[in-house]
This record gives sequence, structure tokens and C-alpha cells, in this order.
Amino acid sequence: MDILGDPLTEPDDTMIQLLTPTGERVEHSGVSWTADAQAEAELLRGFYRDMALLRRLDVEATALQRHGEIGIWSQVLGQEAANIGAGRAMRRQDYVFPTYRDHGFAWCKGVDPLGLLELFRGVNRGGWDATETNCAYYTIVIGSHALHATGYAMGIQRDGAVGTGDPERDTAVVAAFGDGATAQGDVNEALVFAASYHSPVVFFCQNNQWAISEPTELHLRSPIYRRAAGFGMPGVRVDGNDVLATYAVMTEALNRAREGQGPTLVEAFTYRMGSHTTTDDPTRYRSADELEAWRARDPLARVEAYLRRGGHADQRFFDGIEAEAEELGHRLREGCKAIPTPDPVLMFDDVYAEMPASLAAQRAEFVAYRDSFLTEGSVR
Amino acid sequence: MSSMPEPGTVEQLTLAKALNAGLRRAMEDDPKVVLMGEDIGKLGGVFRITDGLQKDFGADRVLDSPLAESGIVGTAVGLAMRGYRPVVEIQFDGFVYPAYDQIVSQVAKLHARSRGRYPMSMVIRIPFGGGIGAVEHHSESPEAQFAHTPGLKVVACSNPSDGYWMVQQAIAHDDPVIFLEPKRQYHSGRAPVDVRADPPALFSSRVTRAGSDVTVISYGPSVSVCLASADAAAGEGRSLEVIDLRTLSPLDLGPVFESVRRTGRAVVVHEAHRNLGLGAEVAASIAEECFYSLAAPVLRVGGYDTPYPPARIEEHFLPDLDRVLDAVDRVLAH
Repeated sequence: MDILGDPLTEPDDTMIQLLTPTGERVEHSGVSWTADAQAEAELLRGFYRDMALLRRLDVEATALQRHGEIGIWSQVLGQEAANIGAGRAMRRQDYVFPTYRDHGFAWCKGVDPLGLLELFRGVNRGGWDATETNCAYYTIVIGSHALHATGYAMGIQRDGAVGTGDPERDTAVVAAFGDGATAQGDVNEALVFAASYHSPVVFFCQNNQWAISEPTELHLRSPIYRRAAGFGMPGVRVDGNDVLATYAVMTEALNRAREGQGPTLVEAFTYRMGSHTTTDDPTRYRSADELEAWRARDPLARVEAYLRRGGHADQRFFDGIEAEAEELGHRLREGCKAIPTPDPVLMFDDVYAEMPASLAAQRAEFVAYRDSFLTEGSVR
Repeated sequence: MSSMPEPGTVEQLTLAKALNAGLRRAMEDDPKVVLMGEDIGKLGGVFRITDGLQKDFGADRVLDSPLAESGIVGTAVGLAMRGYRPVVEIQFDGFVYPAYDQIVSQVAKLHARSRGRYPMSMVIRIPFGGGIGAVEHHSESPEAQFAHTPGLKVVACSNPSDGYWMVQQAIAHDDPVIFLEPKRQYHSGRAPVDVRADPPALFSSRVTRAGSDVTVISYGPSVSVCLASADAAAGEGRSLEVIDLRTLSPLDLGPVFESVRRTGRAVVVHEAHRNLGLGAEVAASIAEECFYSLAAPVLRVGGYDTPYPPARIEEHFLPDLDRVLDAVDRVLAH
């Protein structure tokens, strides 16, 4: 069965799209967000830069894995528009709970990509400050963080940081997850709790068609966005390869949340063009034809086509971004190799806010044992 | 030495009322304390531990939760990240397992994952233990499952005074605490609670009854069984020292080692299954620390390694006075 021809997953005209795969600007009645042509072009130039740099990060990190500098990498290739469109719709105070593929959200929240590489190099579980960036640490267990996002949104409600009308104060949360996660109990419980408490959280499901080797047909018998009705919240499907539509839809959903109108479920219809992770081999379970069909919907190509056709960006603009990408690549390659391996004694240090005496004793035992191998004059 | 309490500061309370008073005081002391759980609002919880709290503190601070334990604990994680101190009530011990993944994979690990950046102060209250004639899943002792998990702290109260103080200390503590309450004692009798006393540290064990022949180590609902056993043994001229562990993770075994070095004999008692229960850890630690003081092997008295039995035969599963005294006989036979 050709997935693109599947009546279940083939998007109909309810899917919100503002830029066609060939870069035509179209209107859709499902979205009321507007900007004047100049502001829109300015936004799209920024989105293009974000997506191009994100793609370069993906390429570099994949290469670093091949060279043994990091242990594994989860590729975001193909989902740049979904990540950047949603990430750029967030305000500084908004908090995102990303999946381990959502490097674009991290990028938009100001996380240094080297901090991501620290996680995948195995020196820590996330080399950034979540409380400073408002970007949570990647949660590896599928869907668990949807509940954390909802609880965090419940905290925002109790802080009175919703519905005040103050754009600096009103805060929303994004719970990002994939099509596979919709089968998880925790995701469904998060939707129940958020609806029940009317919490300011936007559930952003990137339907990238594949949960490792399992296609959406395996776990979905109706489109994801339609499930929202059953939970008692609005649901919308957006072209996740259209950065402008994703930005518009997420801007509206986040505004609703900040204004105190409750949660929304957004399904971003997209495609994982890369492998699940660098250890995966997608040729075992999906066809080259399918990949080619999606390549024609590439999220960057349509923005480039739009910008060039409308004279919104010239060759110098694209050359400038290419140079920036080169610089980023160089910084990632050199930076990654320079990330030091931490002192192993650190494994003891952050388990608790207050370390129990028994663990302190184990720590001392470890240090004494390790140091017993030191000879006179040697340096640890 | 403790002085005479001021008049009016000592109240005679059941464990249920003591916990209620402790929760109330914790909520008064810190506006970030939020209670969450099934039926804890208007109903006051199926055991009435939260009775009246929603009326006085409002539905924003005493939340009736949808019936999903993973959802309750998972949203509590988010609240803790935002700086709140959620106190979760799990309705019965056997219902904690839907939340097990959130507790073990998230609650326990987020402090380490975030390298200390996420506050994760949270109390998960679990009524535990048997002896109430209930159906399946209502009489279990899951403490070892949590005590085995780094990142969690696990405590068990055994009397109203500890219930009152320990619940407040657990809520004020900055690490996640699994708080076990011996449910069959909730309404079983009153005991004095000095609400102005200086309570013992949360993570400390305590010699509840001094003795010289055998050290009997226990916690939660089994403590009262051990104290009754000590009374009976005294009638036979045998002096049992009873230690209430109170904290199961971390263990505070200093008083246990000190005692065993004097008595040379130890029996560990709990309702949980014996296999890989807390008793195994306590016995192994005694062997490591007190080997040359021991006159007899350390014995364990526990629930059998079966699912908790149906109500009509549960008394045969639970450690009782006779089984404790039988173990005492056996260590004294050496």
C-alpha cells in the first residue's frame, strides 16, 4: 500500500497549508493569522536561516557519529519546518518539552548545539540549562514528558501567569511528541488532565509517518488531530513541511493557551527523511519511492523557491547562510572533539539534593579505590 | 531531656487525624504545597486523611485528580519543576504501579538528569500493608521496589506522632519521598502527639523499646507487632530491643549496629515478601558490620513469597506475635 494514497493518512483540504511544495503562497480558511507581505518575507528569511542551520547541525552530528565522536544521533532531517515553525511561535517565557529529535526547538530556545552533542557524546544527559532556556531535557521514554508539560502548565495557572493580558507574563507550554507516542498511556492521560484543568499547553504531534519501523497504519485508525474532539479540545492538522503554516497555527494555539482558553492538539503532518537514529536502517522497512515522494515536499526547498520567485532574497542572502552553516559546522566539529570526559565521581553528586550518608560513604569508597591505583608522582 | 510539654500542646490523635493535622500545617507553612489525588477533595480521601483540606485551602491546592496514577505523578513532576511541592495520595498500595514508570524513570532521575537544576521535592503518600480484610491490590507492601531505586527516599511511619511530624518533614525535604502509611492503624487508636515538640530527624531510625537479649528491627505496621512481642517475651524473662527503622532509603543502621553489638542476635520483621525485601539488606549489612558480635544468624520474618492472599487467610501471611517470638526462640537457641 502506498502511504501517500492511504485515505487514512492522505491529508485532505482540512490540512492547513500556506506555502505549497513548489513555493506558491496560498490562503487557508482554517487560520486567521496574517502579516503584511514585507513582515512575512522577513519571517520567512529568518525561518529559512534557522532551517538551513538546523539541517547543517544534523549533517555534522551524523558525521560526528560516523567518526565515533558521539555515540548516536537522532536525525531531524525532514522535520525542520515543523520544529522551526513551532519553535519560533514560542515566546521567551514559554516552555517546551521536546522529544529527542526536536533539535530545532532547542535551537529556537537558544540551546547551544554543543550542549546537545554533550548528551549524545555521553558526557551528561543534556548539556544545557533547562531552567534558563525554558527547554526541558530530552525525555527518552516515549511520551512521559507530555505529563510533565501538563503539570508545568498547571503550575503556570497557579502562578497566575495565564490570561492576564500581559505579553511578557502570560505563559504557555509545548508538549512535543510523535505519531508513535499517541499510543502511550501517558500522552492520553496528559490530554485528559490538560482538558480537565483547562491548562495552557499545546500538544504538538509531529506525525512523521514512522515510529522506527512501524508505520502510522499500525497504531492509528483515525487521523491524530481528530482525537482532540474526544478529549474536549480543538484539534488541527497542519502541513508540517510548511514552516509558515506551522508558525501561523502554533501562534494561534499558543495565544489561546496564554489567554486562558485551554489546550490544543496540533498534528504537524511531516516525514522523517532520515533514519530513526544513526543505528537504524530504514531501507529494511520503507521504499525508495516513498522517500522520493516526500523529497518533493522538502521544507527548505519551498521557502527558497518562494523567496527567490518573489525577489524576497537574492543569491547573496543564500551565500551568507551557506557561509554561516560552514562556520557552524566547523565550530561543532572542533567543539565536539574538545568536550572533556567528566570526572566519574560526578555520578554520585546530583542524585539527590541532599546526599544521604550511605551514598557519601560509597562515593568515598569509590574515590579511595580509584586512587589506590595511583603511583607516586602520577597525575589523575 | 525533654521537658514537660506546655498545656494544650499534646493532643490524643489517631494516625489519620495526625496525618491530617500534619498536612494542614504543611499547607499553612508553605503556599507551594499542593495536594493531588483521587477523591481527596470533597470526600477527604477514602481514608479521610485529607478531610476538610479542600474546603479550607481551595480546589487549586487540593486537587481531585482524574483516575490515572501515572497522570497524577507525571503532572506532579511538572508542578515540581515549576517550583511547587506536590503531595500525591495514591489511594491504595496496589494502585501505585500505573505510576511506577513515572516514579522510577522520571521522579527518581530528574535531579540527576538536570544536574540539580530541577527541584524535585515531591511526596508520594501510599497507604500500605494488610490486615484490613480487603480484596486484591489493597494490602500490599511495595517498599523494596522504591528503596531499590536511586534518587528516591522512602520512609514509613508507625504511630500518630511520627505521622504528624514525618509528613511535614517529608514535604519540606528537597528530594522526592515515598511516604508509607500503615493503613490498618489509621483509625485503630489514639496516641499522644506533641505538636510543639522538637521531632527527631526524618531520616533516622529509633530504638522504640530498650532491651538486652535480641534486637528486633521493623518499620510501619509491624512495629506494633514487635512491641507486643516484646511485652510477651518480657513475661518469659526475655528482653527484646525494638528498633523502628522509620527510614527505608536511606537506611539509618547506626542504632541497629550499636544494638546488635550488645545483643549479638537480630530478627528483622516486615509484611513485605521476604525475598529481596528490606530484611535482606538489613541482615547483609549486620553481617558486614557486626560479624564478630553475632551469636546467631540474623533471621527474617516476612510475608511469604506469594501474592497477598485472600482476606480470610491473610492472618497466616502476616507476621504476628507468634512468628516473631518463634524467630526470637530460634536466635536464642544458638
